[in-house]
Amino acid sequence: MADTKEMKKALFGPIIDSNPIALHVLGICSALAITTKLETALVMSLALTSVVAFSNLFISIIRNHIPSSVRIIVQMTIIASLVIVVDQILKAYSYEISKQLSVFVGLIITNCIVMGRAEAYAMKSPPMMSFLDGIGNGLGYSFILIVIGTIKELFGFGTILGFEILPLVQNGGFYQGNGLLILPFSSFFLIGLMIWFIRTIRPEQVEPKE
Amino acid sequence: MSAKKETLGKTIGVVVAVCLVCSIIVSGSAVGLRSLQETNAALDKKTNILTAAGLIDLASNNEQVAEVYSNRVEEKFIDIATGQYVDEPFDDYDMYKAANNPDYTVRVENSNVGFQRRATVASVYHIKDENGNITRIVLPVHGSGLWDLMYGFLAVDNDGETIRELIYYQHKETPGLGGEVQNPDWQAKWDGKKLYDDSGDVAISVDKSIPDSRKQYAVDALSGATLTSNGVENTLRYWAGENGYKSYLTNQSWKS
Repeated sequence: MADTKEMKKALFGPIIDSNPIALHVLGICSALAITTKLETALVMSLALTSVVAFSNLFISIIRNHIPSSVRIIVQMTIIASLVIVVDQILKAYSYEISKQLSVFVGLIITNCIVMGRAEAYAMKSPPMMSFLDGIGNGLGYSFILIVIGTIKELFGFGTILGFEILPLVQNGGFYQGNGLLILPFSSFFLIGLMIWFIRTIRPEQVEPKE
Repeated sequence: MSAKKETLGKTIGVVVAVCLVCSIIVSGSAVGLRSLQETNAALDKKTNILTAAGLIDLASNNEQVAEVYSNRVEEKFIDIATGQYVDEPFDDYDMYKAANNPDYTVRVENSNVGFQRRATVASVYHIKDENGNITRIVLPVHGSGLWDLMYGFLAVDNDGETIRELIYYQHKETPGLGGEVQNPDWQAKWDGKKLYDDSGDVAISVDKSIPDSRKQYAVDALSGATLTSNGVENTLRYWAGENGYKSYLTNQSWKS
């Protein structure tokens, strides 16, 4: 059994030290598309975290039985099944949000974070550690999504989770919503700024000059 | 640790076992959650009808949606070809499900609307004010967008030609481009447009530039979504036309 320090590293390391979005630049597509409102970002984070955690767990459990010639297909089968289950649960318990997330829940299947952790970590590590690693990477993804979702919703719509913080001019307030932040691609700038920020406080993440 | 040896038999065995377990989990969740999902879908449909009816402000939670719906909305069935009211063909009739059954459908000829068969009987919704007078008619419409069929409700005044709302509730258009058919700003543009011109021909259209003479018949196209916009236009022109609700909207049977 791995010691506590190692478990902590698997769980909290991916938030800043090896963030899947900021360091590995994976999973950008969904991070761009569904961060316009904090609520969708939260649900997406939850969905991805559970998929990556359980896919890591299941793949790790059967890792010694997966024939290496077909391992990617076996991993995909497990990941795809989990994504369908998550999609079904969302449709049953939060129909409105599942409609807003539309295709992006299904696209968790192609999210490089899930596949990447399965291939890079779960195939080599015991189940418990893989599960923690999955949760950790999910948290890292969630961290970026929540920060970006908060910034975009606050300065784009003047709200947080639908509650008015900065009253918009249209509603008789003082704040003029920033139209750029409502558009998906503005996440590029925000993710860029976050990568800059993280690499300033963690200089070891900066790639060496070629 | 298991043996590293890989035989064809073991490979196939593992793959089959994984597939079996996964399929059981997937079908189990789909079957187990179906009733909840159907409740949600039914509620969503009522919400959309109330939105098309302009009554959604009266209902802020799920119970109120059901209550306002039962007080103010009446579902009726019409024979699309004649425009006359008919009885419900069978219990829990759904015109989209019935479209798969040859007994209840006709072929769609010479149309670019995107489906081959449509039901002969349609569900229409009478919207009433507090005194029970019919103020609007909500008509289900569907037609192809860019990726798939788009389903929506068209609400017209009781004059049978003035559009009040066009609410799409199910589509697979690209978010941010064609998905803007659900943008409230764009939906608001439909308010007050006329389906038919003075001679009774279908006049509604979705255009990139609108001359003043067509202002009351045309809605701005969605930028970046030409094929979705064309799809909306084809859908409305089909359903407002001879093969759609035209006879119903000209008979105006709801007034008698």
